[in-house]
Amino acid sequence: MSRAGTGDPKRLAGYLDGPARTGSRFTFWLGAATLAGFAGVAALGLLVVPADDVQGDTVRIIFVHVPSALGAYAAFGLTALGSVMWLWRRSEWWDITAHAGAEVAVLLCGLTLVTGMLWGRPTWGTYWEWGDVRLVTTLILFLVMVGYLSVRALGGTAGSVATRAAVVGLVGAVNIGIVNRSVNWWANRTLHQQSSLTEGRLEDLTLLTLVLAFVVAAMAIWWMVMHRFRIGWLERQLADRDIHQAVRARRAEAGR
Amino acid sequence: MGLMWRDLRLLAGDIGLIAAKDLRIEWRARTTLGQVLPFALLVLVLFGFALNANRPTLELATPGLLWMTVLFATVVAVQRSVAVESIDGAGRMLLLSGMAPAAAFGGKALAVAVQLLAVVAVLLPGVVLLYGAEIESLPLAVVASLAATAGLAAAGSLLGAVVAGVRAHQTVLPILLLPVVAPVLIAATRAFEDALGKAAVNGWSWVGLLAGFTVVNVALGAVAYGPLMEEA
Repeated sequence: MSRAGTGDPKRLAGYLDGPARTGSRFTFWLGAATLAGFAGVAALGLLVVPADDVQGDTVRIIFVHVPSALGAYAAFGLTALGSVMWLWRRSEWWDITAHAGAEVAVLLCGLTLVTGMLWGRPTWGTYWEWGDVRLVTTLILFLVMVGYLSVRALGGTAGSVATRAAVVGLVGAVNIGIVNRSVNWWANRTLHQQSSLTEGRLEDLTLLTLVLAFVVAAMAIWWMVMHRFRIGWLERQLADRDIHQAVRARRAEAGR
Repeated sequence: MGLMWRDLRLLAGDIGLIAAKDLRIEWRARTTLGQVLPFALLVLVLFGFALNANRPTLELATPGLLWMTVLFATVVAVQRSVAVESIDGAGRMLLLSGMAPAAAFGGKALAVAVQLLAVVAVLLPGVVLLYGAEIESLPLAVVASLAATAGLAAAGSLLGAVVAGVRAHQTVLPILLLPVVAPVLIAATRAFEDALGKAAVNGWSWVGLLAGFTVVNVALGAVAYGPLMEEA
């Protein structure tokens, strides 16, 4: 049986329910706008926004750190929601969404940890501070999500992988709250900078840049989740395709 | 009301049945006695080497080292508990028995908890003898151990079922389980710092956290064990 045509979107499309690509006109423009937004945030954050009176230039890292932290938790929330919905409704759509959210969450957790440590070194004099509840919680979340992805990679039928992963997503979602609480009691204090945003301590231009950074981060997450979702969808279709092809080949042999 | 009471009694009976089955298998195979307990003691000795047998350091670190050892033992005990069901399709038979999945989960978790309690019962005299620890509050140590081992067994049995029937389960289980049980390590260590008189903390408030962790993970297990049983 020939496997020719796997790399050709047009021929592959014959076997699929939807388009054989991950991009669309919408995601193209979303991606272009996101790139432009990144350039805008970088220009504002690095060149226009003045240095902080106390923290100096290191404060500029919040334009990456805070949006990626919130984004990581949002993507993780998507995974938790998708996990619950899979267990409840057994909908493939939610399972693929949960998977897409998890990969984005791992990426953004990693970015949050790296930027947090880079900021901590000049500010606290140490890369890692155990007293910082949010950073420690994020590290645990990162490890939970890595575990989630390793369960997805274990293999098996699509349904069994989805159920195993969904339970890990659910267990992680519920327990990350307890982790946060216990680390909070344990550290008994938080070194983490209190939210400058809610205290209204940010200057107008800094605030504007941060808001723009949030919007751009949300767009980037949207773009990544959509593409990852479509990859997941195509993977399923491809898995079915071989079966369809084999059925056709047998039928052709039998002359039916 | 009468019906609910009957259901609860049925559930408790089934939990006892499964736990007794697992413990009977353990007793006959001598896995806990012959492998898990010696492993736990070995870890205690190795920590002694790692910390250069420095007595003040060992005494200070005793509660953490003890619970770290229990965490390792949890991984081993859960792997064993999962393996028992994968032999000869035993897990499938359990599913076909018509027993409520929550009862199967409760029984498996209870059996693991009993084994972990045995580990603590060996480790506690172990740290007294090897690290020179002194027990100041036995009731606190006992209650904290009960709550912590129950939480570890619940989370462990649920995540053990996640990897049941998968070839790579032995390597995946620690990555799944250890981050999730971080609160147990923190809380049980703090409670034991109080029980062993190492720090001026209120150990009982940490027991509260352990109990909360246990309740949450037992509830999760009762809900999620059924779908997992069907996939294994």
